[in-house]
Amino acid sequence: MSALLELDDVARHFPVRDALGRARGAVRAVDGVSLAVPQGTVLAIVGESGCGKSTLGRLALRLIEPDRGAVRFMGEDLRALSARALRARRRDMQLIFQDPFASLDPRMTVEDAIAEPLKLHDVVPRGAKRARVAQLLERVGLRPEAARRWPHEFSGGQRQRIAIARALASGPKLIIGDEPVSALDVSVQAQVVNLLQDLIRDLGLTFVLISHDLGVVRHIADRVAVMYLGTIVEEGPAELVFGAPRHPYTRALLAAVPGHGARAAPIEGDPPSPIAPPAGCRFHTRCPFAEAVCREQVPVLQGQARRSEVAAGGSHGSAGQEHLAACHLQDRLPPAAPLQERKAGGDRLRRLQAHFGAPAPQPETTGVNA
Amino acid sequence: MTPPVLEVLGLSVEFATDRGPLRAVDGVSFSVAAGQTLAVVGESGCGKSVTALAIMGLLPRGVRLGGAIRLLGEELLGQPGDPWAGRRGRDLAMVFQEPMTSLNPAFTAGEQVAEALRLHEGLSPRAAMDRAVEMLARVRIPEAARRAAQYPHQLSGGMRQRVMIAMALACRPRLLICDEPTTALDVTVQAQILSLLDELKRETGTAVVLITHDLGVVADHADQVAVMYAGRIAEAAPAAAIFARPEHPYTVGLLGAVPSIEGGAGRLASIEGTVPDLRAPPPGCRFAPRCPFAGPDCEAQPPLADIGPGHVAACWRAPLDQVLAA
Ligand SMILES: Nc1ncnc2c1ncn2[C@@H]1O[C@H](COP(=O)(O)OP(=O)(O)OP(=O)(O)O)[C@@H](O)[C@H]1O
Ligand SMILES: Nc1ncnc2c1ncn2[C@@H]1O[C@H](COP(=O)(O)OP(=O)(O)OP(=O)(O)O)[C@@H](O)[C@H]1O
Ligand code: SF4
Ligand code: SF4
Ligand SMILES: [Mg+2]
Ligand SMILES: [Mg+2]
Repeated sequence: MSALLELDDVARHFPVRDALGRARGAVRAVDGVSLAVPQGTVLAIVGESGCGKSTLGRLALRLIEPDRGAVRFMGEDLRALSARALRARRRDMQLIFQDPFASLDPRMTVEDAIAEPLKLHDVVPRGAKRARVAQLLERVGLRPEAARRWPHEFSGGQRQRIAIARALASGPKLIIGDEPVSALDVSVQAQVVNLLQDLIRDLGLTFVLISHDLGVVRHIADRVAVMYLGTIVEEGPAELVFGAPRHPYTRALLAAVPGHGARAAPIEGDPPSPIAPPAGCRFHTRCPFAEAVCREQVPVLQGQARRSEVAAGGSHGSAGQEHLAACHLQDRLPPAAPLQERKAGGDRLRRLQAHFGAPAPQPETTGVNA
Repeated sequence: MTPPVLEVLGLSVEFATDRGPLRAVDGVSFSVAAGQTLAVVGESGCGKSVTALAIMGLLPRGVRLGGAIRLLGEELLGQPGDPWAGRRGRDLAMVFQEPMTSLNPAFTAGEQVAEALRLHEGLSPRAAMDRAVEMLARVRIPEAARRAAQYPHQLSGGMRQRVMIAMALACRPRLLICDEPTTALDVTVQAQILSLLDELKRETGTAVVLITHDLGVVADHADQVAVMYAGRIAEAAPAAAIFARPEHPYTVGLLGAVPSIEGGAGRLASIEGTVPDLRAPPPGCRFAPRCPFAGPDCEAQPPLADIGPGHVAACWRAPLDQVLAA
């Protein structure tokens, strides 16, 4: 299989202690997740706060250890690597954080910040460092003069560009963005979303986008995985997950996105505690379709086409068009309500907006990933 | 005709800072009628919260205020004494973005709502607590009696925000200001809180000022919209008109910059550059450095002019059909 990154039944629990330090159960942050991200594709992980998105991202980069399950990068089990081999692998995997104000060291100039991974991984000879930094800055839409300035001199959007340049420096194959645009204002967010799209396409990056913003996800992702309380409840091509969602939770999430005329809340209640997730289907306490079986049996993540194969014990990947959901009723649910198109402004608005056309994407002359 | 619940006229707010005066709000006017929701939108730092705090009379001393703020026809600005005393909580109330910082961690949810009732309605402690539990049930907190006895840290974010709303609405204020009331919450919980606010507004006829940066929230929940840019109103109109016929270039850009779930993977419209430093704003139109339609005439400040029914825009090119015809 041509997956660059593969997770196989990965779990990570965090012990919860009371005031006296006694163990009081565990947060089941990630509780048996299997995923495959093919080379050159964008997988988005969505879900509400606390469902385990960030934990999953850190497990995928082996920044934290799983309690069980395997993480494979280019077919290699990261857990089997020596410390040294892992350090070498780090060059191929980078992380971009949500908060551009916290992710850059205030005592490092922009040049030092971007050059740090170059030095760490011996990417370019010493003399070529400055040119390489200039090239990276240009790639993310900043002027080369920015190199000698300090992070605090830049706006939030510019700092996120610097963080992206730093992530690109070692020429990684895989980038995980943990809410990379969530802290930015709409207009700046649009600039950075456009930049990420260009980079992914021009450099052929494999990208895992962790985000709770479904609009951003729809714009960038090829495939989408929806998480609820530590497990994946639906996974499939973006146009199918958005256009024909098979899991009631995905439908509720989409219906809750404001701007589609829905004034009533799609589901009631808060997500339950991940310390004691509901038995059976974890969503049954909020699911409008729940039946007796939902309270007793854990639904398996499976697709229509491959159900028999999965039942027979075959492992499932997530390549191509496969669309999986973990719901006992997925074949019996009423059809999902179509998304109402928001085109009040029509042609007039589109023509006006064309004047805001972002600058044409830069041709790949900078060869950052060479 | 009955006066609007709230009328703001030419409001300006100036802070003294180490690096000189900063005029965060510069000549802002709007009004809100009973039972209506006015959404105030705009990017971070454009003056939304400062406007809200000015209306609530909560800005620190020494801040220079100009213009007029009329509540139920009565002027509040520049009056002797504290014209807000006795009104806050009763005639006007506010819900903040982060409920954890505005709830008192030392008192239970029920005690905090009851306190508001005792203060403003003169209820006995017993009666106030009964009404408080009733209010918590009204904002759909399950098992209200049990939750009333819990402290803020024992409640989820969504429940804390509901407690804040119960407190704010306990005395049926005529004006409710909500400053990003759901920004910190998950979408499913956000949808619950916003539909709850709509419902309570319908019941009580409260006028609502809803501050948000989410245009989707505006589309679903606002009657009127004011779009702010760098301390000024760029455009104001009935909500439907803002989406159907935006007339300020900033509004146009903003509408195109928001990625939507029904859109494909196309490029977003992008407003290049960043918002101006309010200590040294550009002369004339403040949007000019980022505006694709800017010309030499934009060095003069465009007035907020009528361009349709209840629709005003501060742009020399409005109505924008001119630039399309050109
Ligand atoms: N180091 C830790 N120790 C204890 N609990 C943790 C730790 N890290 C995460 N958790 C818990 O694990 C669960 C999943 O957290 P995680 O940060 O992965 O969620 P998330 O989906 O990224 O949420 P958000 O959208 O808020 O960022 C949460 O309940 C969280 O409190
Ligand atoms: N106490 C203060 N002293 C000096 N400047 C202030 C003060 N409070 C706010 N400002 C400035 O006033 C401007 C408007 O701030 P305001 O908080 O109203 O923005 P906002 O529109 O609410 O933004 P956000 O969306 O981030 O909440 C900002 O430039 C801010 O830095
Ligand atoms: S398995 Fe049952 S409770 Fe779970 S999502 Fe499907 S219908 Fe709802
Ligand atoms: S006045 Fe000029 S610069 Fe300002 S928004 Fe209109 S066209 Fe643009
Ligand atoms: Mg997270
Ligand atoms: Mg604010």
